[in-house]
Amino acid sequence: MAPASSAVKAVPLLANVRGRRLLAPEREQWSGMAESMKAGGAGLLALWGTDDRDRDGCFRIHAAYLLPDEVVLVEHALPAGSESYPGLGPLFPVAGRLQRSVADLLGLRAEGGDERGWLRHGGWPETFFPLRRDSPATARFARISAPYPFVAVSGDGVHEIPVGPVHAGTIEPGNFRFSVVGEKVLRLEERLGYTHKGVARRFEQLSQSEGQRLAARLSGDSAVAFSWAYCAALEAVTGVAVPPRAAALRALVLERERIANHLGDLGALGNDAGFAFGLAQFSRLKEDLLRANAQALGARYPFDFVVPGGVARDLPAGAPAALTTQLGALETAITELRRIYDDHPGLQDRFREAGRLERELAGTLGALGLAARASGLGRDLRVDQPWPPYDRLAPKLAVRTEGDVAARVQVRFDEVLESIRLCRLLLDGLPDGATGVEVPAAEPDRLGIGLIEGWRGPVLIALHAGPGGAIRRCHPHDPSCQNWPLLEFAILGNIVPDFPLINKSFNLSYSGQDG
Amino acid sequence: MSSLGVARQVGAVLLAIALAPLFMGWIAQCRAWLQNRSAPPLFLPWRMLRKLFWKDAALAEHASALFRATPYVLFGTMVLAAAIIPSVVLDLPFVLVADAIALVGLFATARVFIALAAMDIGTAFGTLGARREMMIGFLAEPALLMVFFNAFLISGSTALPTIAARLAAPPFVIYPSLAFAGIAFVMVLLAENARIPIDNPATHLELTMIHEAMVLEYSARHLALVEWASALKLFNYACIGFALFVPWGLASQHASPGTLLLAVVALVLKLALAGAALAVVETVSAKLRIFRAPEFLAMAFLLAVLGLLVHLLLGA
Repeated sequence: MAPASSAVKAVPLLANVRGRRLLAPEREQWSGMAESMKAGGAGLLALWGTDDRDRDGCFRIHAAYLLPDEVVLVEHALPAGSESYPGLGPLFPVAGRLQRSVADLLGLRAEGGDERGWLRHGGWPETFFPLRRDSPATARFARISAPYPFVAVSGDGVHEIPVGPVHAGTIEPGNFRFSVVGEKVLRLEERLGYTHKGVARRFEQLSQSEGQRLAARLSGDSAVAFSWAYCAALEAVTGVAVPPRAAALRALVLERERIANHLGDLGALGNDAGFAFGLAQFSRLKEDLLRANAQALGARYPFDFVVPGGVARDLPAGAPAALTTQLGALETAITELRRIYDDHPGLQDRFREAGRLERELAGTLGALGLAARASGLGRDLRVDQPWPPYDRLAPKLAVRTEGDVAARVQVRFDEVLESIRLCRLLLDGLPDGATGVEVPAAEPDRLGIGLIEGWRGPVLIALHAGPGGAIRRCHPHDPSCQNWPLLEFAILGNIVPDFPLINKSFNLSYSGQDG
Repeated sequence: MSSLGVARQVGAVLLAIALAPLFMGWIAQCRAWLQNRSAPPLFLPWRMLRKLFWKDAALAEHASALFRATPYVLFGTMVLAAAIIPSVVLDLPFVLVADAIALVGLFATARVFIALAAMDIGTAFGTLGARREMMIGFLAEPALLMVFFNAFLISGSTALPTIAARLAAPPFVIYPSLAFAGIAFVMVLLAENARIPIDNPATHLELTMIHEAMVLEYSARHLALVEWASALKLFNYACIGFALFVPWGLASQHASPGTLLLAVVALVLKLALAGAALAVVETVSAKLRIFRAPEFLAMAFLLAVLGLLVHLLLGA
């Protein structure tokens, strides 16, 4: 019989969604929990490590699993002196890159995993771990240049096309290595991490009230989602309830962020298929939306609108009516453009069957958000685990089963129209009252989770509070980490010139995954 | 060869060199208007050329003499082609020495050089573009020849001025075979000039490029010459189209200056209409998957052959 001290202990999870927090003292329990999560249909959402040697001499590894109706956080304290833990790769393919990131940043090695660096890129030596508390934040190193061993494909007529890390458009850096025969793609291997900025370490130098500003800037296109996730985590650890008006305004800007990004993507998808008309139209609609943002929210891209305790400012008088009118015009225009896209044979020929990701594969790989919904996995936090104010809005789920570029286009159209409906509902029934409350400093050592369905998928912030309003550790997680590997599979069997279109249909964040 | 003929020949070539970038600028304007955007200036391509000629050229480390010579070869062949194609004056000295088949050969020469130059520096994109260009080329050339054969059969000559004069001469006759050939010619023009739906001249996506992938490594004066040659190629194709399908308005070698001026005006009008039509085609189409390009060009070939059959069977 196992001693009582080694039983899995459940403690309440402080989060904006339903959840459990389980402490697994033994390594077998860490692996066992992973297996039972897998069996229960959960996906691995995030993985991060903490250096608690100053406290009890241990490193800890934390895994967040996402189930349809709750979040489960499993944490395992490595035995003192140990720097390795059982890898989750065989159960959750997405764990591979997450484990490599943990190894690069904290020096905790997953057993039985890929040993290549992921985020390090020669910016610091292999023996230096930026997230360890005894590593000076001011350390500077000369660049170390070492080749990255891409997996080589051999065979008759196979050759490699290296693309990036610097691309021809004004986009972020990422390295794509194609192995092709003629125009057909046999294998794609991604190498990311070029935009690693050390955000996690930077958080530790900020106070809890400043953290939101950094979180908002991790991946600029999801600024509202990350802001809200951070604020939700902080509000969970401090036990603050946000006033209804502030919650409604937060949802309003989150939906507007979703609309703006989807409009941008829909235009870009048309353009990448050679249909520049689409880009011109959708760009104009997006611009109208951003200008209305500037009028009503004070910024085209509302980076610092969602702040701890509420929102930074109230809507000016008359803004709700003006926004509602504009949403009506937007809806008409989008409906018309959707008809043009749907009826355009050339465009549909490019979209359909391109970059197909089957439902089963998407499930195995742990696909999240929009990409998952286009492959038939109907998961949306706003629907499955609605947090205020979504609990009273009843958002509709947008789901398609085809899993190709066309499906991802359709999900975007559905979601834009649904977001317009939600915005109208929010503007119509905007509660009266305050737009924010004071947030006190959190009690030290508390852990809070903020989980928000951004436009790309669920965005997670895990906030470990330090003493006196300090941040002990903050781990931001972008759904791009889950979805980048999908691209390596979606491209298989497609032709090289279709890659940009397929890539755009996912439109993943480099900055968010690189951290 | 009269000195007047030589002077007018030089004038026609200079006109082509001057108008070609403007034709590109005009198409860009029409495309912008059709997309509800405000248009770039008509003279933008000219300004771009001026900018490029002022810059210092950067060459790939392993570039050979072939890579450096290719822009000049491209520009030279396109200027020569402009001298052969009757754009304003029918029977200029150069126009009379080469026929339409030589013209197809001239375009093929340019293609071989640009493909070799693209592979010369050894980048993945250059080779990718060269490979695709050769695929398009070997399908487009026979289709273009078939289009020419339609005109040859009607006019009994392989010389473009004779064909144009014969087709323009009264009485006005509608040739059904030329209708098929006309559609085939437009399809070949789109494919050969890297236009939508085969290629996208405006894209920044390296992996989708055909023509642009081959010239990625060029800069400054080399790039200027390549761009200018591309503009001239499109201009030349347009003029071939005018000579075959709307041959009216061309002047003869000894025409009065007034008639010449009228011929220039006619050319500009035809270019304006053709450019607008091209912009419409490009605006309403999406780019084809690259493996549909062979189907597209096979269709062009078939249409041209249909034209021939119509001519031979119906005698029309």
